[in-house]
Amino acid sequence: YKLMMNYCLSGHPTLPCNVLKFKSTTIMLDCGLDTTSVLNFLPLPLVHSPRLSKLPGWVSKDGTVNLEKELKECAGRVFVDSQPEFCLPEKELLDLSTIDVILISNYHCMMALPYITEHTGFTGTVYATEPTLQIGRLLMEELVNFMERVPKAQSATCWKNKEIQRMLPGPLKDAVEVWTWKRCYSMQEVNSALSKVQLVGYSQKVELFGAVQVSPLSSGYSLGSSNWIIQSHHEKVAYVSGSSLLTTHPQPMDQSSLKNSDVLILTGLTQMPTANPDGMLGDFCSNLAMTIRAGGNVLVPCYSSGVIYDLLECLYQFIESASLGTTPFYFISPVANSSLEFSQIFAEWLCHNKQSKVYLPEPPFPHAELIQTNKLKHYPSIHGDFSSEFRQPCVVFTGHPSLRFGDVVHFMELWGKSSLNTIIFTEPDFSYLDALAPYQPLAMKCVYCPIDTRLNFHQVSKLLKEVQPLHVVCPEQYTQPPPSQSHRSDLMLELQPPPMPYRRCSVLSLPFRRRYERIHLLPELANSLVPSEIKPGISVATVSAVLHSKDNKHTLQSVPKPPPVPPTKKRKRVIEEPPEVLAPKPLLSGAVPLEAFLATLHKHGITEVKVEETADGHILHLQAEDTLIQLEEDGTHIVCDNNEPLRTTLRDLVLRFLQKL
Amino acid sequence: MPEIKVTPLGAGQDVGRSCILVSIGGKNIMLDCGMHMGYNDDRRFPDFSYITQNGRLTEFLDCVIISHFHLDHCGALPYMSEMVGYDGPIYMTHPTKAICPILLEDFRKITVDKKGETNFFTSQMIKDCMKKVIPLNLHQTVQVDDELEIKAYYAGHVLGAAMVHIKVGSESVVYTGDYNMTPDRHLGAAWIDKCRPDILISESTYATTIRDSKRCRERDFLKKVHETIERGGKVLIPVFALGRAQELCILLETFWERMNLKAPIYFSTGLTEKANHYYKLFITWTNQKIRKTFVQRNMFEFKHIKAFDRSYADNPGPMVVFATPGMLHAGQSLQIFKKWAGNEKNMVIMPGYCVQGTIGHKILNGQRKLEMEGRATLDVKLQVEYMSFSAHADAKGIMQLIRMAEPRNMLLVHGEAAKMEFLKGKIEQEFNINCYMPANGETETVTTNPSVPVDISLNLLKREMALGGPLPDTKKPRTMHGTLIMKENSLRLVSPEQALKELGLNEHQLRFTCRVQLQDPHSDSDTLHRIYTHLKSVLKGYTIQHLPDSTVMVESIVIKLSSSAEDPNTKVLLLSWSYQDEDLGSFLSTLLKKGLPSGLC
Repeated sequence: YKLMMNYCLSGHPTLPCNVLKFKSTTIMLDCGLDTTSVLNFLPLPLVHSPRLSKLPGWVSKDGTVNLEKELKECAGRVFVDSQPEFCLPEKELLDLSTIDVILISNYHCMMALPYITEHTGFTGTVYATEPTLQIGRLLMEELVNFMERVPKAQSATCWKNKEIQRMLPGPLKDAVEVWTWKRCYSMQEVNSALSKVQLVGYSQKVELFGAVQVSPLSSGYSLGSSNWIIQSHHEKVAYVSGSSLLTTHPQPMDQSSLKNSDVLILTGLTQMPTANPDGMLGDFCSNLAMTIRAGGNVLVPCYSSGVIYDLLECLYQFIESASLGTTPFYFISPVANSSLEFSQIFAEWLCHNKQSKVYLPEPPFPHAELIQTNKLKHYPSIHGDFSSEFRQPCVVFTGHPSLRFGDVVHFMELWGKSSLNTIIFTEPDFSYLDALAPYQPLAMKCVYCPIDTRLNFHQVSKLLKEVQPLHVVCPEQYTQPPPSQSHRSDLMLELQPPPMPYRRCSVLSLPFRRRYERIHLLPELANSLVPSEIKPGISVATVSAVLHSKDNKHTLQSVPKPPPVPPTKKRKRVIEEPPEVLAPKPLLSGAVPLEAFLATLHKHGITEVKVEETADGHILHLQAEDTLIQLEEDGTHIVCDNNEPLRTTLRDLVLRFLQKL
Repeated sequence: MPEIKVTPLGAGQDVGRSCILVSIGGKNIMLDCGMHMGYNDDRRFPDFSYITQNGRLTEFLDCVIISHFHLDHCGALPYMSEMVGYDGPIYMTHPTKAICPILLEDFRKITVDKKGETNFFTSQMIKDCMKKVIPLNLHQTVQVDDELEIKAYYAGHVLGAAMVHIKVGSESVVYTGDYNMTPDRHLGAAWIDKCRPDILISESTYATTIRDSKRCRERDFLKKVHETIERGGKVLIPVFALGRAQELCILLETFWERMNLKAPIYFSTGLTEKANHYYKLFITWTNQKIRKTFVQRNMFEFKHIKAFDRSYADNPGPMVVFATPGMLHAGQSLQIFKKWAGNEKNMVIMPGYCVQGTIGHKILNGQRKLEMEGRATLDVKLQVEYMSFSAHADAKGIMQLIRMAEPRNMLLVHGEAAKMEFLKGKIEQEFNINCYMPANGETETVTTNPSVPVDISLNLLKREMALGGPLPDTKKPRTMHGTLIMKENSLRLVSPEQALKELGLNEHQLRFTCRVQLQDPHSDSDTLHRIYTHLKSVLKGYTIQHLPDSTVMVESIVIKLSSSAEDPNTKVLLLSWSYQDEDLGSFLSTLLKKGLPSGLC
């Protein structure tokens, strides 16, 4: 058994970060950034908000701890008044500078990349598909823009003090790893991190140091999203992250290539196992229409890429029938334009239907038409053109879905007080109650339609039955029902053998049966081999060769012939040259049959043989030569004095009857 | 010995109707399936009867790969698949799959509707043929079947052009299609990794040309266009709708903008708009600069270039017209040419290669009187200019690709024999590899020498690596011993001991015992010590032990000493060894028979 190690650096099952040590390579699988930490912070308003600035500071009940500068109270909850911070992957579990490569599975799972590539001494390569890189860049750019647009001088740290944190009300009290929380990176760090990305295509085989081959497979979840196969000739690890079997815009999931893996690491299942995405989409449309008809506005907090393409496509079909033809739809984000444009140029990465549109040639996504007909307008921010062109009632798509920063904060302040307006949550990453907490009390309607197209437990167990991995590794959350639905045993993984669970900071040794390695016999050597059939269908050949190992690739080549002895040297010396150290002969197998052997001896002029039977065989006395040969089932002993030519002849005659291994 | 066979059915010492058959590891692959622009008869298509005399090709071909959408590479595809009959997979990149049927339909219309030919493929056949196409992504490894895999690389020649690496086991071939090693205004440069194919099949259109820098050619082109416009002349640029056309449009568009020119630029046929749309949707296939800036400014949205109407050709005053097709062999470009040919103020710029038989080829060769249909002759008075803008690799580029891929053999197609000959000499001289240039219908056979992949037991490998150290001693290489077990399709190399165990075989011990008499007037223990010392000095690097029970051991060979009862000076040495130590045992018995040197203490 050869062990392979898996270091788990993130506890978030859909924003994973694992490190695999496999055949002397160190591979990081995804680089997810847990942004749920920002829910503990106050929103960053784009324009001065009297409401937020008047919130009371927090002082402990007994008055001993006063953190009124850092913490504010709102509707019974306490928020940190500081630039929002993110929970990074664990940096202490292993030396991150030893990481050789980082494999990215989709653009949501790479948001921590600059923290890893820029500040740990990382010198390796990041592999990702082109859509993942381009859209990932947009999402990072958006995040940086959201933060830098409203700089906050204050950086609150006192509350992180262990003694103090213990006294705070929940959920702040229970927040973990708060000392490792970090502010957002800069655009410079993003550019530097992304310059380390090497693009790959689906099913491309990438060789790492000659030892390991990695290959991305379509995972069906988002544009360019992939699962990864990490394999050598004799072992195969499948890394499944954010996969979908629903027919939305991306290329369908490649399931068959996951087959026969020794270990399957399973992450990124749906966060909404009980919400049907199609049903949610229906709810989304009907609530949207209802609000507009009643004269209210609709706010959709969302990421700038992904489900928004499906929402727009759904609306494209829905607008006319719901007579929303005159309602303006706005998409506000610093990267709105880029995201819409980029979505149209990745034909290779789209589902079949969309691909065929490109062949016509037509843009694959109908939002091109929505833009052309002025039904959908996009703006980099609420400032500038938007403020003069903006008409109500309308529908606004904008970020960030946490409601803590970005243009969405402005719309919350603007529309929150009227019950005519509706906020529709579609992103599953944040609890909507937590997201809304700093805006309470709130008059606007809230609709929760989380659309998570990732695999559910039913789909994943069917998938695992088909691809049959020997072992499954998954976040511990998947091995028990969700805490809020502890009776639902269908909302967990039940497998035989049971999956190996991990949590943040786990180090798992993965069972691995590795007994063989690939080696190449050079043509000259291969041609010189003499196979002999040992049993029906099984042949063997002895191989004596010189091993060359370079870059983890092994070859065997023929033993070079010794250089010819220079003629000037005395012949005599040659005999005295001792043989090569440690050049053993092959092992022998079989038996020497008496009658046939005697006949052979006879043929070679050895005729005077006295045969004596013993307990284990026979002793042959070659009388003329005064030599003994002891023949037994599993051994032959030749006793021969002072007659080297005879001895070698006898040796060769015996060898004729034996197999060499 | 395994071998790879290459037979061009078209493009063998010729340009046009590219179609190359490759047999590798028991698989048959057709590379491109093109038509010849210079012929209107049977020679227009490759001779598929070479593959089989009777009927369908499906069972003779494992797959067909189309490198790019130019008709001399895909023009015979519907004929081959629907009329001759082929139902297997056809591979091409997404842009090729998108654009190829449009050009085929265009070609069909010209041939059937305008020239009235019958017995030609129909629109439906083009559609049926395209249904057999499986799109290829760059760098994706596509498993055609269990043994045959193909991988596409960027070729840069036109949108979606690809080179393809074909691999069966450890044998492989690379086919370049048409490629370009220098990035241009809209496409990037071809690239391939060091894949060391057994054969690199390369185009050689510009085998003898080393082209001057692209910038100079562009400047020349703009200068000529500008001068003609200034003197009130008209410029005709015959192009194919997709490819060079877009590059030249970008060039003129930026020039017009910079110079603030007013003369109209037109682009003929309705295909243009569509063509530009393809470039927009497949922007990831263009060059880095265009890809980077496409959100801000899409290079394929032209401000100065307008759609052409047939009536504009008679308008007075200067204008520039891009018209299809590119070799002046039919269609709108030919019509305009006829109208403008009589005026020496006008100019025609041929931006690409013209195959023999086309009007383009004739005027480029200086012909000034052209015989037209119906015995009419046409005097060519307008200026004829040739600007090599077609994106083929030149001699330098071909050599550069060889350096990139490091092939073991080279095979040239898609070029003229005399030029190929010259390049072949250069390649053989510079790279010391064989270079072939088969003619159509000729088969070139290349023997390959593939290494044999085997699974070695990790125990054996680790032990050997530990003993041998990281770097093998080149002077005294270590020999490794193992047993190769061949069972069904598996080849496993294990230690002999493991092989015995696995195969359930008994080991047969072969031993030798040999008595050697020695005259040595010393005590037994002294003699034994003298033997020990002697062997120590002769056998460097061996383990030699002097054991207390009157034995010396050399490795596992036992030497026992006893003195003769009659003569204490006659010592008897009993040597015993197993077959595994045969070389050493034989050496020792011979050595000791010679006695011990006197100088030993």
